[in-house]
Amino acid sequence: MKVMNMVQSINNALEIKMSEDQDVLTYGEDVGVEGGVFRVTEGLQQKFGARRCFDSPLAESAILGTAIGMCVSGLRPVIEIQFCGFMYPAMNQLISHATRFHNRTRGKYRMPMVIRLPYGGGINALELHSESMEAMYGHIPGLKVVIPSTPYDAKGMLISAIESDDLILFMEPKRIYRAIKQEVPEEKFNIPLGKAKILNEGNDVTVIAFGAMIREAQKAVAMAKQAGISVELIDLRSVYPIDKETIAKSVKKTGRIITVAEGPVSFGIGAEITAIVNEYAFLSLEAPPKRVQGFDVIVPLPKGEHHYMISPEKIFYEIERTVKF
Amino acid sequence: MFNEFDPAKDQILRVIDNSGNVINKKYKPDLSTDEIINAYKHMLFVRTADFMAVSYQRQGRMFTYPPNYGQEAIAEAMSLVWEENDWLVPAFRELGAWLAKGATMKDVFMYFMGHEEGTVFRNAKNLLPISVPIGSQLLHAAGIGYSINYKQTGQVVYAIIGDGGTSTGDFHEALNFAAVWNAPVVFIIQNNQFAISVPLKNQTKSVNLAVKSYAYGIPGVKVDGNDLFAMTKAVKEASAHARSGKGPVLIEALTYRKGAHTTSDDPTKYRTKEEEEEWDQTDPLKRLKLYIENNKIWDTSEEEKLIAEFKKEIDRQFTEAENFPATSLEDVFKYMYVDMPDDLKQQMTEYEKFLSWKEARK
Repeated sequence: MKVMNMVQSINNALEIKMSEDQDVLTYGEDVGVEGGVFRVTEGLQQKFGARRCFDSPLAESAILGTAIGMCVSGLRPVIEIQFCGFMYPAMNQLISHATRFHNRTRGKYRMPMVIRLPYGGGINALELHSESMEAMYGHIPGLKVVIPSTPYDAKGMLISAIESDDLILFMEPKRIYRAIKQEVPEEKFNIPLGKAKILNEGNDVTVIAFGAMIREAQKAVAMAKQAGISVELIDLRSVYPIDKETIAKSVKKTGRIITVAEGPVSFGIGAEITAIVNEYAFLSLEAPPKRVQGFDVIVPLPKGEHHYMISPEKIFYEIERTVKF
Repeated sequence: MFNEFDPAKDQILRVIDNSGNVINKKYKPDLSTDEIINAYKHMLFVRTADFMAVSYQRQGRMFTYPPNYGQEAIAEAMSLVWEENDWLVPAFRELGAWLAKGATMKDVFMYFMGHEEGTVFRNAKNLLPISVPIGSQLLHAAGIGYSINYKQTGQVVYAIIGDGGTSTGDFHEALNFAAVWNAPVVFIIQNNQFAISVPLKNQTKSVNLAVKSYAYGIPGVKVDGNDLFAMTKAVKEASAHARSGKGPVLIEALTYRKGAHTTSDDPTKYRTKEEEEEWDQTDPLKRLKLYIENNKIWDTSEEEKLIAEFKKEIDRQFTEAENFPATSLEDVFKYMYVDMPDDLKQQMTEYEKFLSWKEARK
C-alpha cells in the first residue's frame, strides 16, 4: 500500500472524484497553476485542464458565491479558502445563502458543495493564519462541519463529502498536513460523515479531540499510561452533526471527560460536549467535565503562540487532576 | 450598439418620448403588434396586482410587500427577450419577470404572508428565489454563467440588482468574476433613484452606474428603463452578446420607484411631490399606452374591462394563498439537509412529545 501524508491523500481523493464525475471541479486562490499554497491540488490542472481546476480571482465572497450558482446549475464544486482566517469575507454567502438555499427552496435547489478550509495554529504564521473557529461553524444551521486527523480519514471523508448532496465544511489541520504519514489505499473508499472514532480504549477517563490535537492527545495518553491511568481517546471527526452516542457511551464507562480543542474555550466544542455529557451521562460522572482549549484571546503571533497552543503536558496535567478529583 | 451610447459621456438609449412618439427609429426593436399589445397587458396586470398587494397588506393580510409601481417595463423587456431555458437571478422587486418565468401571484402573496413555499416558484424553470441580502445574488449569476460555459448549454443569465446594491462588494466581485470567466450574464441595475430613503448621489460619485462597466472591460449601457422599446432593445443586444460567447454586459435601467420601498416605508420623508410629479411624466405604462393610441393598434378603452378581469383572477389567487395551510412542524426541519442528522430528527421528536403532552392537558 502507498504511504501518504494528508496533502497527498486529499489530492488523491480529489483526483479520484474528478476522474469519476465530470461535474466535480475545484477552484480558489492559487489552486490551479501552483496547486494551492499547500500544494493540495498539485497536478490536478495538468490532469483535468484549466476548466476543472483553476485559479479564481482573489475574492472569498465570490469564490463561495459563484459556487452557489454552480450548485444550482448542476455542478459539484470543491472550493478552497486559503486559510481559516480568510473565510470571513465569505460569511455572508455562507450564512445568508449557501446554508439556506435548500431550505429556502424546499429542496428545489441543493448545495452539493465542499468548502476546504485549512485551519489551526502552531505553524509560525502571520495574523489570521492560525485560527480554529470550528465551533462558530458548528453553530450555523444548514452546515455540516468535519475535520480529519489522519491521511487515511482525510481521503475517505473527503470522498464522502464530495458525494454528499449537503453543504460540507471540510476543515484541514494544516499543522499536520505533512507531519503524519501512513498507508492509504490508492483505490476509492468512503468514511461516513458524522461518526466519531475510538482511537484508544480505556477505563479511567475519556479524552475527546480532533484534527491536529489528536497527535498531542496521543502523546498525553502515553504519558498517562506510564502514570497508570487508562485513557479512552476519541477522535470526534465531525463537529456537526456531533456523535452524541459515542460520547455518552464512553463517559458512562469512564465517568470522566476531557475535551481538547484549539479554539477559544467559551461557547466552544468543550461546552457542547459537556452539555451532551450532562444530558446523557449525568449520573455516571465522577469528576467535573474539563475543557482543555484555547484562551478567549486572539491567537498570539509566533513569539507568543506557545502560550496559546495546547501541549501534551497540558493535556496530561488535566488528565491527572481529573482522575484524582 | 454599445459603442454608440458611451456611459462616460452619460449618453442614454431612448426610443419613445413621454408622449409615446418614436424619437429614435434606428433602435426600435423588432416587435410585432401583438407582442406590443400583450406586453402592455402584462404590464397592466403587474400594476394591478401590485396595487392589490399593497392594499391587502394595508388590510393586515400580508406582513410586508415591496411595490413595483413605475418599474414594470424592465421586467417586461427581459421576458420579451429571454429563451425558455435562460436563467433569472432576481433581487426582490421584479414581479413581472417572476410571473413571466412561471411564478404565480399566489406564490408571491404566500411569500409575503410568511410561507417559505412562496419563494420556491415551483413551476418556474431556472428561476432563483427572492434574494434579501442586497447585492449578494449577482455572484450566483456569475457561477451559473460558469456552468453554462462549462456545459456549453448556450443559456444566458439575467441578474438583477438595485442602485443601492451597486455599492456592495459583491457587485464588484460578481462583475469581475463574470468578466474574467466570460460568463454569459446580463447584469441589469434597476436604478429607481433610492435605496429605501438614500438617493443615488449618496451611493456613488460616478457619472452614472453604467460607467462602472469600464472597470471590468465589459460593455455597459444606460437605458431609459421606463421606455419598453429602449429597454427591450438593450436587453436583446446584451443577450445576443452574452450568448455568442463574448461575456457579460451591464445595463443601467433608469426608472423611478413610484411606490414605497416596502409597505413599511414612508417616502414623503425623503422626496418631494414636485419630484414625484416630474417622474410621473415618464411612467412606462402611460408612454406605451400613448404609443398604442398614437398608432391605433389597440382600443385602450378595453382596459377597464381587462383590469376588472385581472382583479378577479388576482383575488382568486390571493384567497388560495390565504387558505394555504400554515407550515407544518415537519417542514421546519425537513429541508435543512438532504440527509438529515439524527440529532435534528431527535429535536423534532422531542418537540412532538411536548405537543402531545400539551394536547393531553386540555
